[in-house]
Amino acid sequence: MGAAFYIAAAIAILSTAMVITRYNIMHALLYLIVSLLSVAVIFYIYGAPFMAALEVIIYAGAIMVLMIFFVMMLNLGQQSAGDERHWLTPRVWIGPALLCLFLLAELVYLIMQPPAPPAGEIVMVDPKAVGKSLFGPYILAVELAGMLLMAGIVGAYHLGRQKKKITHRFLERATQ
Amino acid sequence: MITSTTAGLVLAGILFTMGLVSMLIRRNLIFMLVSVEVMLNAAGLAFIVAASRWGQPEGQVMFMFILAMAAAEVSVGLALILQLYHQLKTLDSDEASKMNG
Amino acid sequence: MNWMYLVPAMPFLGALLLVLFSKKIGKTGVSLIGCGSVGIAALVTIVAGLQFMNSGLQQFSLPLWNWLSVGNFNIGITLHLDALSLAFTFVITFVGFLIHVYSTGYMAEDPDFARFFASMNLFVGAMLMLVLADNLLLLYFGWEGVGLCSYLLIGFWYKDPANGAAARKAFIVTRVGDTAMAIALFLLVQHTGSLQLTDILAKAPTLWTTGDATVVTIAFLLLGGAVGKSAQLPLQTWLPDAMAGPTPVSALIHAATMVTAGVYLIARSHVLFTMAPAAQATVAIVGAVTLILAGCSAFVQTDIKRVLAYSTISQIGYMFLALGVGAWSAAIFHFITHAFFKALLFLGAGAVIVALHHEQDMFKMGGLRKSLPGVFWIFLIGSASLAAIPFVTAGFYSKDQIVWLAGASAQGGAGYWIVAVMGAFITAMYTTRMMLLVFYGKEKTHVHHRPGLNMMVPLYVLAVCSTLAGFMELPHTLGHVTLLSDFLQPVLPAVVTEHASTALEWGSQGVATLLCLAGIYIVWRVLPIPFPREVKTFLKNGWGFDAAYNLLFVQPYVLLARLNRKDVVDRLYVGLAAITRYFHRMMSATQSGILRWYIMGIVMGAVVILSVIIWRQYTV
Repeated sequence: MGAAFYIAAAIAILSTAMVITRYNIMHALLYLIVSLLSVAVIFYIYGAPFMAALEVIIYAGAIMVLMIFFVMMLNLGQQSAGDERHWLTPRVWIGPALLCLFLLAELVYLIMQPPAPPAGEIVMVDPKAVGKSLFGPYILAVELAGMLLMAGIVGAYHLGRQKKKITHRFLERATQ
Repeated sequence: MITSTTAGLVLAGILFTMGLVSMLIRRNLIFMLVSVEVMLNAAGLAFIVAASRWGQPEGQVMFMFILAMAAAEVSVGLALILQLYHQLKTLDSDEASKMNG
Repeated sequence: MNWMYLVPAMPFLGALLLVLFSKKIGKTGVSLIGCGSVGIAALVTIVAGLQFMNSGLQQFSLPLWNWLSVGNFNIGITLHLDALSLAFTFVITFVGFLIHVYSTGYMAEDPDFARFFASMNLFVGAMLMLVLADNLLLLYFGWEGVGLCSYLLIGFWYKDPANGAAARKAFIVTRVGDTAMAIALFLLVQHTGSLQLTDILAKAPTLWTTGDATVVTIAFLLLGGAVGKSAQLPLQTWLPDAMAGPTPVSALIHAATMVTAGVYLIARSHVLFTMAPAAQATVAIVGAVTLILAGCSAFVQTDIKRVLAYSTISQIGYMFLALGVGAWSAAIFHFITHAFFKALLFLGAGAVIVALHHEQDMFKMGGLRKSLPGVFWIFLIGSASLAAIPFVTAGFYSKDQIVWLAGASAQGGAGYWIVAVMGAFITAMYTTRMMLLVFYGKEKTHVHHRPGLNMMVPLYVLAVCSTLAGFMELPHTLGHVTLLSDFLQPVLPAVVTEHASTALEWGSQGVATLLCLAGIYIVWRVLPIPFPREVKTFLKNGWGFDAAYNLLFVQPYVLLARLNRKDVVDRLYVGLAAITRYFHRMMSATQSGILRWYIMGIVMGAVVILSVIIWRQYTV
């Protein structure tokens, strides 16, 4: 447990705080990428280098890029940011924030509970072991994950298609 | 008593709570999706920490599944948001409350 | 005997068919089904009865199916045939059949012909369940069933509110007794763990000593039920009003069968009453007092059916007196003869009423001896039996037995004997008065309709029965025939006589006969009897029981109901509804469709669960 962890943790918390307070969605997404990268560093510290790599490639790389493209496609600009500013008044956020703070306090209290785990030695988990168990006991889950991704692709394609706007014929007649 | 495990778990808790707060206070659907990503990521962090605590690969396996799930969720979620945006001309989640569901 | 199930099943089936298909089958079909079902039941009863008597069995039970079964507590739908239930079943089906046949004539003009027969069949079925039940719960089912049918049939002409009121009165007043009976059943289950009649009667002597408080309580509660159903003091007020129903109904339900259910119940549970001397003495006293009070009321009535109603109350008083002094079989004997001659009288009265275009006031009748000779002779036979004219009538033998045993039995005494003899005297008087008013004197209303054959044949049969039925049981002094009491011996123990001698028996019969003839002579000579008007009104209104109950129960109840118009108890339920509605509104407000609120709910849940976990850690 060295300084590296604390620095990375601080960056993660700060950047996530920036994510949840930005009005402009683009800024928020960029801060989220920073946060994800710092979490990747923490993964590395916790002895999961392969996961750290996946976090960078898939999360920070693919998923965030997808979202950024999406935002660009919708062409959300100043107006959206203005809306956000308008919506995010202290009256709105103070209550949920306090509630969540309480929840966090409880969580931390529980995590800190004795019996604490014996002195935390970070154990490196070999990516090979991960691969073996993925394609050993968890093969069924992997298959299911594959199907889920397939369904995600098909679903996204189906939903994302620009369909001709269909109004029900009764409604059409009513509006004429 | 802070050990590496508790420190990691507390960090995961903090990140998760931040995502939760964001989820609660935002009305913009894309922001809500981002908050979900934050929370998923925090959960993944907890798994990684646990994996390193026990020296077992299961935690990392779970993280991979979370990753796959997040990818699928984001793609479908974004498609849904796209449809909603076309229907309602806004990203305000409160607008999509006609069904009182 | 395995065909016994047909006995109650046929009338029930008949009722069902009549309810379902009354429109399709027409009046002939209704008559056929209505009479046929009871007729078949009567035939099966006779066949099964003959088989039973030949088989030499003491009792026979026919389990049909299981009703309920909880742990060791089993209630079956089981028919129980023994001498007592056979006697009752025979009377119910046989007299019931005759009355059904008679009704096809009496009700011919009525638009609700099918409804009438459906209710009558239902009644016969329920009554048969009552007497054939082998456990008290099934008996109670029949008991309530006949109560329901009584209600339906008293209020048969429901368009007149007075009839509805009479029906309600009958229902509510008997309900008072039924409640007592229900409590008795609960107590029996609690103490004996069974409702099986044979079980209870066998167990009772081992569980309690004679005069034990529990058995006395149970006997008193059963007596309460019997008093309500049999219209005895103090619950007798409903029967005179029950005459609002059609006359065949009065004949079947309110004279021959249902009102004697109380007699059946007490006879059936005679072991309990023997073990509770206080209750048994009360039975005798209730019978004796009712006998006199109702007899006096019958003497001043103007409505012919009300005379017969009070007479019925009075005659059932005789049966109760007999039960009370331990003369069980005498009570059953009187039940059988009474069923015959009272049904005969009611049906005869019905013929008169129809002939005079629904005129029931005796003072508007008169001189019918000439215009309705057939009915006159039949009525004469019935009246003679009721008045107990010596030697030739059934009523004489059965009543004589009760009078004699009221004095001679171990539990009897001179007091009971005097009351019984006085009762015979009064009975003779009011019967003669009725005969004189209806059939003698000047003709006041013109006869417009003569009863047809379907009404007269049942009357002839009943007339024969009310003469011959008496000869199955003759006193020591006159032939000594004991067919019925021998038959009933396995079920009902013989009466224990104490101060009996042949001379005394002769004396008792002599006095009863003399008083009966004296009563007839007095009325014959001095009608109308000069009574003060107030006394007359008082007697006519049944000794003011109605007024007293009105003042004591009905008025305070109505007052309370009026005070509590906005029911206090209701408040509770209204409040409950309001709270429910409030919660409903709150809950539906959460279905706002706003996503963040839902997430908030999840967070709240997480907070609560974690708090509980932490709190548990603190406390443990």
